[in-house]
Amino acid sequence: MIKRYFFCVLSTLVVLGLAACSDDQKTPVELGNEQQILHMGNGDEPSDVDPHTTTGIPERNIQVALFEGLVGKDPETLDIVPAAAESWEVSEDGLTYRFQLRENARWSNGDPLTAEDFVWSWRRALLPALGNQYAYSLYSVRNAEAFNRGELDDFSEVGVSALGERELKVELTRPVPYFLELLDHHSMYPVHRATIEAHGREDQRGSRWSRPENFVGNGPFVLKRWVPNQVVVVARNPGYWDAESVHLNEIHFHPVQQPSTEERMYRAGQLHITNTLPEELIPRYRGQDHPALRSFPFYATYYYEFNTQKPPLDDVRVRQALAYSLNREQITDQLLQGGQTPAFHMTPPGAAGYEAEARVPYDPGRARALLAEAGYPGGQNFPSLTLLYNTMESHQRIAVVIQQMWKRELGIDINLRNQDWRVFLASKRSGEHDIARAGWVGDYYDPNTFLDLFVADGGNNDTGWSHARYDELIARAANADDEQQRLNYFQEAEAILMEEVPIIPIYFYYRNHLVAPSVQGWHSNAMDHYSYKGVRLEAQP
Amino acid sequence: MAESAVAQESLTPEPGSSLMRDAWRRLRKNHLAMVSLVFLLCLVLLALLTPWIAPYEYQEQNLLLGASPPSSDHWLGTDTLGRDQFTRILYGSRISLMVGFIATAVALLIGVLWGATAGYLGGRVDNAMMRFVDVLYGLPFAVFIILLTVIFGSSLLLLFLVIGAVEWLTMARIVRGQVLTVRRQEYIEAAVAMGLSSWRIIRRHVIPNAVGPIIVYTTLTIPSVILLESFLSFLGLGIQPPQSSWGSLISAGVENMELYPWLLIYPALTLSVTLFALNFLGDGLRDALDPRASKD
Amino acid sequence: MGRYLLKRLALAIPVLLAVVTITFFMVRLAPGGPFDMERNVPAEVTANLNAQYNLDAPLWRQYVDYLGDLARGDFGPSFRYASRSVNEMIGAGFPITLELGLYAILFALLVGMPAGILASLRPNSAQDYVPMSAAMIGICLPSFVLGPMLILVFGIWLGWLPVSGWGINPGDKVLPAITLGSTYAAYIARITRGGMLDILSQDFIRTARAKGLSTWRIVRVHALRGGVAPVVSFLGPALAGLLAGSFVVETIFQIPGLGRFYIQAAFNRDYTMILGTTVFLSALIILFNLLADVVLVWLNPQLRKNL
Repeated sequence: MIKRYFFCVLSTLVVLGLAACSDDQKTPVELGNEQQILHMGNGDEPSDVDPHTTTGIPERNIQVALFEGLVGKDPETLDIVPAAAESWEVSEDGLTYRFQLRENARWSNGDPLTAEDFVWSWRRALLPALGNQYAYSLYSVRNAEAFNRGELDDFSEVGVSALGERELKVELTRPVPYFLELLDHHSMYPVHRATIEAHGREDQRGSRWSRPENFVGNGPFVLKRWVPNQVVVVARNPGYWDAESVHLNEIHFHPVQQPSTEERMYRAGQLHITNTLPEELIPRYRGQDHPALRSFPFYATYYYEFNTQKPPLDDVRVRQALAYSLNREQITDQLLQGGQTPAFHMTPPGAAGYEAEARVPYDPGRARALLAEAGYPGGQNFPSLTLLYNTMESHQRIAVVIQQMWKRELGIDINLRNQDWRVFLASKRSGEHDIARAGWVGDYYDPNTFLDLFVADGGNNDTGWSHARYDELIARAANADDEQQRLNYFQEAEAILMEEVPIIPIYFYYRNHLVAPSVQGWHSNAMDHYSYKGVRLEAQP
Repeated sequence: MAESAVAQESLTPEPGSSLMRDAWRRLRKNHLAMVSLVFLLCLVLLALLTPWIAPYEYQEQNLLLGASPPSSDHWLGTDTLGRDQFTRILYGSRISLMVGFIATAVALLIGVLWGATAGYLGGRVDNAMMRFVDVLYGLPFAVFIILLTVIFGSSLLLLFLVIGAVEWLTMARIVRGQVLTVRRQEYIEAAVAMGLSSWRIIRRHVIPNAVGPIIVYTTLTIPSVILLESFLSFLGLGIQPPQSSWGSLISAGVENMELYPWLLIYPALTLSVTLFALNFLGDGLRDALDPRASKD
Repeated sequence: MGRYLLKRLALAIPVLLAVVTITFFMVRLAPGGPFDMERNVPAEVTANLNAQYNLDAPLWRQYVDYLGDLARGDFGPSFRYASRSVNEMIGAGFPITLELGLYAILFALLVGMPAGILASLRPNSAQDYVPMSAAMIGICLPSFVLGPMLILVFGIWLGWLPVSGWGINPGDKVLPAITLGSTYAAYIARITRGGMLDILSQDFIRTARAKGLSTWRIVRVHALRGGVAPVVSFLGPALAGLLAGSFVVETIFQIPGLGRFYIQAAFNRDYTMILGTTVFLSALIILFNLLADVVLVWLNPQLRKNL
């Protein structure tokens, strides 16, 4: 009996082992190179591919393949390039845009893509009952906000209309220098009316129109297969107007949550492109100049925010003391070692030619003096504050290091507390925190996306801080005619922000991921905006 | 010795001290168990004395040094923040041993009492009690913990209770199964016939006779409890950095195992050796306490 | 026996109802809603979103509606995976998790029981210490350690087996099954040894030995039945625990099973998904425990008196 058992075990293992060990077997990547099938790590299981009901980056990475807005971005330079629209005109006052759609722009079922499709799609994106959480990205269109909030029922008063089959007119409330940029947001993608209406109400979330068997889109790829938590497969759309610059036959999006799993899949030849790289491995890859490593600055800031309503953080001197005593270079160069740059101000450099002049100094001496001035010399009697962060190894490492810095430089003890993401958000909203970790990724490539966070009534301002002059400057920048003037307003606003420090900027993000050498024509950019056109797989000699 | 004689022996209302003395005498003869006991006592002593004997402070960082392999300065190397791993394992033992012992004790107490009562009384009471266990089994653990941390905050006491509250369920089922078997044996029937109270029978006869599986399962519970602690800190319950525990050191070690293997090897080794000791001691105890074992 | 089974099955209904009720209110009490994101959205949008999912109704109304749907076997739409129903997700994930669980248990039994029996035959000898030490190592190495280690050795260094996936590349089921099964193998080995020792020290075995029966024969004919009883009562909860606990292995190996849905749902506050998977898994646990009890009775006829 027992011998039989062992025999069973052994034979099972041997059979399984033999089945797997045939050495001449090709890896998915090798097979993919032959068949032009790209395997990508995509972070998380997408909630849906409907561009008007989703908010995540994994979803966006897929939507970029399935849909196309009026304009697109060049993946190398982030310049605006024509997409569904072949050309456009902007009025003198910057309020009216006229787009000419391509004659050969088609839906994947062969229907022509018309201006009316955009009107209908934008209306759907704004329908109050749909509950589109990114509807606000259309708010610069005249009356869009009122319609979305349910204050206006008649969509014809919203500033988008079709002037014939292929001409679309868009009117804005005020000039928005980055409006074209917004058009590439998934909330402004067109969706196919007949398909949506065939599978449910227009304002219904999660109807079956977005399933592979029903899907119709206007992008370079169409949805082919979707196995939850396993893979989303998109296949080349032969009817796409620019099909000849699409070289890939398929893209397989693998929802891999753990960066370490992704890295192993890359090494085992199961992925061409990873979404991220485990933080602890980045120094190693950088050190050996790994040919697959791609590193590039990312338009995002990592910072801590203070609850300025709670003493002692209501005292600007305390906030300054905490801000001035951080050695950011030590965090980026010795701890992270992933190319991140220390942030001495809020807006990451680069966008719209804006380079902030304001600085938060690193000056422990002054920090100590300020703390003493506020009544806590040498950290005496300083109340015990809690630093809140959402559970993640990298946040924890930074928090532990900063906790030590404050202890060393100021003599104060800070407690750390981690919470699960949604509990963390809830705590922050209800103002229970003292200091909380935060990160902001630019919605568009313009400093405004960072600076309008901190206006008094800003929906994302969890600091409780408000400053009349700051609000005024941001409002003026929004209405400025002159670009230089607009940037000057930003400079002044940022100086106020860095003087008052309701937040402490810590570092500007840097992205690191792996791209197999066989992937040609892949460009990484500061918005982490993917583009699959022009990508080609070439087997290594 | 015939079964009736065994029953006779355990039915004799001997003073407990003599039973214990017998067990101790048998345990002392088991060298492996004694070595394990001494080892565990040393470990507890080390944990208690940690603040005085640790070579570094557990939170003391050296970012320039970063992760370094074992050396004369840092016997077990340093972690990615340059913290001395030997010190962190020592401090971790305080948390992990406490969690391991207290939470397991909670689980043991509830589980054994619940399971023994249900198994002994049987019938409707058994049914009701085991269905209650089924309900608790069914609840989504992660949501349960999230809710608890929100209501009660994050404290060590809560950590023990939560782990105990989770682990006793399996214990109860195992004990019940064992008791059901023991319950039908002749000496118990005899005890019932003699008119001993149920409580007394459970305590004096049923539980001691089910002690083998209980001890085995307890030695299995301690490691899972120690590791569960690191999952709970993921949900925001339990220890907060820069404190360390064996569970959190091991999880961090897994992430770094290729580049800095010492970060996984030493904490895992510490945990393993401790478990081996616990296990040998458990086996020794089982043999020593088992009324039938006297003949071996 | 038949009546007993019916009674137990009938008792499952109040148990499930209790699980549903407690879980229903628990998830709604937990902070953070299914549609929270880092960016705040206008209150109107959130209100409309809640309306789409009946979250604006009073709590008791939501509860009654949910029970109504449940009675019809409808777990509702997933909040997080908008275009999918919970039924569909369970239908997709459960067979995979079950398959993984069965392979793991099979592996655990095939390795654990012989090891335990072997050890019990000569307690406190090398034949005892070697398999039991191996078992202890199995327990010390939780799946989140063992999985990455196996991947590193067999997937990357040796390149023998795929490092992730399920049923995509040949051989990709081997490492997950071993990873998930090894802890259980260790448990089973220890429990088998304990149970066997118990039986082997009993008088009828001594009698059999005295009669000069061979050790194998004693084990097979007499000891195994009673000795594996603790294993059986462990298997019920173990299989259930395996299904719910396969989350770690499914995450490490990218397996689209129910375990991942179950845990992710809690983090996503996907109310319907949490409830659906919870009810489903509870029903399974009850079923497995029932089966374990039945097998226990079958192994030990004395217990029948108890029913």
